[in-house]
This record gives sequence, C-alpha cells and structure tokens, in this order.
Amino acid sequence: MQIVNLEEEILDLLGGADVVEWREAMSEQSHDYDIAIIEGSVTMAEDEERLWMIRGRAKILVALGACATIGGINKLKNNFNLDEVKKCVYGKNASMPHLETSLTRAIDEVVKVDYKIHGCPIEKKEFTYVIRCLLMGKKPEIPQWPVCVECKAKGNPCLWDYEQVCLGPIIRAGCDARCPSSGFRCFGCRGYVDAPNVTAAKDVIEKYGLKVEDLKSKMVLFGSKQRPTDE
Amino acid sequence: MSKNININVHHVTRVEGHGNIVVNAKNGKIEKVQWQVPEAPRFFEAMVRGRSYEDIQLIVSRICGICSITHSFAATKAVEAAMGITVSQQADAIRRLLHYSEQLQSHVLHIGYLAAPDFFAAPSVVPLVAKAPDAVKTIIRAHRAANAWSELIGGRTTHPVTIKPGGFTKIPTEKEFRQLQETLKETLKDLGTIAGVVLSVAGNIPKFQRDTEYVSLKQTNPSAYTFYHGDIVSNDSKGKTTPVKDWHKVTNEYVVAQSTAKWAKWHRDAYAVGALARFNNNAELLTDGAKRVAKMFSLEKLCCNPFMNTVAQLAEAVHVVETSIQMIDELLTKGLKTENVKTTPKAGKGAGCVEAPRGILFHEYEFDKKGNCVAADICIPTNQNHANIQKDFEKFVPEIIDQGEDAVRLKMEMLVRSYDPCISCSTHMLNVQFVK
Ligand code: SF4
Ligand code: SF4
Ligand SMILES: [Fe+2]
Repeated sequence: MQIVNLEEEILDLLGGADVVEWREAMSEQSHDYDIAIIEGSVTMAEDEERLWMIRGRAKILVALGACATIGGINKLKNNFNLDEVKKCVYGKNASMPHLETSLTRAIDEVVKVDYKIHGCPIEKKEFTYVIRCLLMGKKPEIPQWPVCVECKAKGNPCLWDYEQVCLGPIIRAGCDARCPSSGFRCFGCRGYVDAPNVTAAKDVIEKYGLKVEDLKSKMVLFGSKQRPTDE
Repeated sequence: MSKNININVHHVTRVEGHGNIVVNAKNGKIEKVQWQVPEAPRFFEAMVRGRSYEDIQLIVSRICGICSITHSFAATKAVEAAMGITVSQQADAIRRLLHYSEQLQSHVLHIGYLAAPDFFAAPSVVPLVAKAPDAVKTIIRAHRAANAWSELIGGRTTHPVTIKPGGFTKIPTEKEFRQLQETLKETLKDLGTIAGVVLSVAGNIPKFQRDTEYVSLKQTNPSAYTFYHGDIVSNDSKGKTTPVKDWHKVTNEYVVAQSTAKWAKWHRDAYAVGALARFNNNAELLTDGAKRVAKMFSLEKLCCNPFMNTVAQLAEAVHVVETSIQMIDELLTKGLKTENVKTTPKAGKGAGCVEAPRGILFHEYEFDKKGNCVAADICIPTNQNHANIQKDFEKFVPEIIDQGEDAVRLKMEMLVRSYDPCISCSTHMLNVQFVK
C-alpha cells in the first residue's frame, strides 16, 4: 500500500510502464511480467507455489519491503513453537485446517530475488529510483554503509548516550536515519549492511564498547534469525 | 436473462489482502452466498509475548500498512492502562492530531483510489486519470497532505516512531504546526472539490438498505465526535455505554469455517463498525462543514445503507481537518512545552481502544513486573464487519439476482469495498509489466 502513497510520482511511472496486475488497487489481471514486484513474506504452502509461478513468468523479480526482503516482523513467529502459537491465538479451534501455518521466510529463501527495496515502510524515493533504473535497464545502487553515517551527517546526538540500544551501526542506510532523527533507536527495518563485521560503523562501536555479535542478537523485531549477509 | 449464476472471484481486488465471494444460484434460486476470508493467520497476539512494553507499538503497528497509527495508539493506550501511565494534555492533543491524519489519509485513499472507480464505473484509479484528471490530482494532493501530516508528527508516514508510553519521543515545532495548519486550510478546499465530484456520481450508489447494529466509541464529558477517547456504544445499547475494559462483552468473537479471521456479534447476529457506525451514533457532534457534506448527500443518522459508508467517510474527512485547524490554534496559544517522558514498567493488564478509519479497534495486553508482555488479545474492525457483510449478502443478492452475473459480481464487490476492509495477508502481489 505504500505504493499508493507515492502520489503523483506513480502517475509518472505509470506513463513509462503498464501496470497489468496490482491486486490492491486494480481489478484487471494479467499473466506475463517484465518486472514482478513481490510484497510480503512466505508463510503458507500456497504462497510458495504462487511465488514459483510468478518467478517463472517474470524476467526481473523485486522484493519490496521488509517482509519480502528479510521476513520482517512476521519472523518473530519463528521464535515460538508453531503449534503453541496457533493455540495461543485460536484456542481449541487451533487444529482447523485453514489455520495451517509454517515458518516465515523472506522471498529469497524461496526463489531467486533480483533486487530488494528495503524498509518497513519502504522509502518512496528509493522505490521510484529503483524502478526508474530498471526501466532504463540500469543497475540500481543501494547503500552499503550503516545508518550511523546518515545519522551523523544530520548532526543527531547519538542515542547510545541516552541509554537506547540503537542498531544503527550494523543496519543498512538509505532511510536518512529516520528513527534516530525522531529520537527513537534504529530497530533494523532495512536489514543488516552487507558483511556487518566489515562494514559496521566502527567509530560508534568502539566509542560505546559494542560488539557486532551483541548488536545482532538485539535484532529481534525485524528478521529475527536473519542470515548475516543478505545479498 | 441468465438465471444460473456461478461466481467465484478469488482475491477481491482493491482491498488490502485476500477475500473471496462465492455465489451459487440455480433458476433464480440462491443456493449459496458466502463471504470467505482466507486470510493468512498473522499470529501477532502470539508474537508479542516476551517483548518489552516499549516495543509493543512498534510490532503491532505492522498489523496494517493503512491503519498503523491506529494500531500504535490502541497498543500504547493499553500499555498505559496496564501500568497506570498518564499522558499530559499537550501530548494527548498531539496524539489526536496524529490520529486524525490517519483518518484523513485512509478515508481519502478509500474514497479516491478504491471506491470512486466504482462510482465512475472504472476498473481502477488508473483509467480514471484520463476520465477525470483534475479530480484525481485533487485526490492525490489531499492524500499527500495527509501523509505529510502523519510524517510530521509520527516521524514516518506509516509505522510511527515518535509514539511512546506516556507521550512522544519528539514533537513538531511551533513553526511546523503553523505550516501544517496552512496546508490543512488548502486540504479543506480540496475536500470540498472531492465532495462535489463524488456528488456528481452519487446516483451510482446502490439504494440497498438493511437494518443492523452499529458499534463505535462515544465520548461524553466533554461530548465530542470521537476517534480516540470514550466508551463503547451502539444503536441497540439504549444510550448505555460499555467501558473499554469490558470490550469482550461487545465483540463475542467466534471462529467460522469460511474464514481464518474471527467473527463478532453483540445484541444481534452481526454488527457493523466504521465511519457509518460512528456517524450513526454521533452525527450531531460533527463540525458544521462535515454536517454540510452529510446534507449534500442526504445522509442522516441511522442510515442503514452500507454503501453510504463512503459518504460518512467524506464527512469525517472534513470533520478531522476542521477540528485539527482549530486544535492547532489552541495548542499554540498555550505554547508548546518540551516534555521528557520516563516510565517504569510494572505488572498489570490493560485494554486500549481507538477508532481505526474502518472501525473500532481493541487491543489488550498483560505484562510481568519487568514490563515484558505475557499475553495479548487484539480485535480488528475488519473482522467485526465480516458477519455483517455476510448478512448483507444474504439480503442483497436476492434483490439484484435478476440483473445478471456481471452486475451481481460488481455490486457484491462494491459492497465489500464500501466497508473499506483491510484484510492484510502475508504475500501481497503487485506485478508490473512494462511496455517498451
Ligand atoms: S548508533 Fe544510532 S543514534 Fe548513534 S549514530 Fe548510529 S544511528 Fe545514530
Ligand atoms: S533508522 Fe533503522 S528502523 Fe528506522 S527506518 Fe532506518 S533502518 Fe528502519
Ligand atoms: Fe488496517
């Protein structure tokens, strides 16, 4: 739905592209795609089949948003026993067949993903940028440095000075350090930077005596049990 | 005219998520009418266990991308109720302002992008760009203004990061509030334009009626058209309100075979929530501008045409903007104060209730003495409407069955959309094909 939030930019994009299937905003449906954009994580066998089908029909597959790129908040479920989770929500009806669920997976844990548009929510500018690049046949450049870089550039005070466990040092930039700029710690919605052991914000890590592994263990809200590198 | 109808629309488009409508009719006799909701179970209630009271709003705001602010508030109010945390008058006012921004955003989205195409008989907003370009531009401007408003106070357009138990992490400056107020004055004009456009196609709103129960919040002392404070009321509760902590007595949720989402009932076998429910319970408290919009469409209290929910949303959109313009004056007259909120966790259980754009929403949590969540219970408005949609179908379909398969299909989809459901699902798909 964040796509609808793109406002008139989407009208420009629609000028260069023909949206053939968009279940949330349109009624028409179609079959082959140059670019398929997938939102959401995979939790049901049905999702998986659909994903294989779309992968088969799509030249380029883009994972959109944290659920698709890193499994998102839904991955919290993986920390529990699934039968127990069902009982917790549906009580004695937990065994009804339509309540079947399995471990939450990011899209690239099921099919090959060509590009990722990170975040929950995604950054509109990044979305339009990536789509424009793909339209022009170019490879989009996604930041490979941590949130701290953007945070410092904005002159924010570091939240570690205020006893907040901010994950900025190991999380991929590109959001203009939105949360620390609002006085709230980064909780990692854009996923880890590539190879956090190498690319993490060393200055911040040293200053506050942090360890990359410890920070990773604090990455519980988004993509818990996320693989360390996600490219 | 075809009397044998077999419709199986999978994944109703233009609502967030999955929903199926099934109609089977032989020789004009309806064998089966069903509103199926095969939504992926989301298990948020299980997932928040073990998480700190300070993180709950972050997690549950992800239940929905359209009403994330509402979920954040329901959760935060529940946390505050559980731990006896108080909120200053200033923070309370700014919260309501932030909440209004989501009402506007969601209502404009629904009216403009999801419902208007039905009224214009267009399959989506995309061809509408050619049909009514100025109307689409106005809708976009109003929607963008609402999003910028959410971002200003919430830190992001959706999934706010400034809300915390006890208040805010950061509030806008006086200058930013003034600018917002100026934008809202323009938005008010845009809403007038949009109302005019919708009025021009109002003849396409079906005349269907079905008497039902309407459930919403009601605020007395001081009385106000409320989205945020108050107790629970309905047209069946004879003026008596139910305190939020007793919300289970209202929702009486049950599991049905045709849906993963739980259904709800109170005094009757189904009830409706949303803009029309709020309007039906509180219409006299709307601002003058909002009342004028209702009048334009002859929308009156205790209207029982579900298709008029969209008109009620239009009136509410005007209401929240007019109210906010005034609230900003009041806030700035008092002068903004910086508040440093510190809270200490304690064990307890509490419920929080706010009106989502699409209806009343309940959250309830229990915490241990460290402030970690041990149990959660959430009841979303879309689920509360499911039984009512099913009842509408059972009355509506026989009335229109002679109009042929296409008309029946379209009108049933329109009916579902008029409730503005947001049935979030796990894998939404959005596929774009490019013409080179
Ligand atoms: S740790 Fe967080 S607050 Fe500190 S510099 Fe990095 S992003 Fe900013
Ligand atoms: S600061 Fe962190 S949590 Fe906030 S938007 Fe950026 S990556 Fe996501
Ligand atoms: Fe929602």
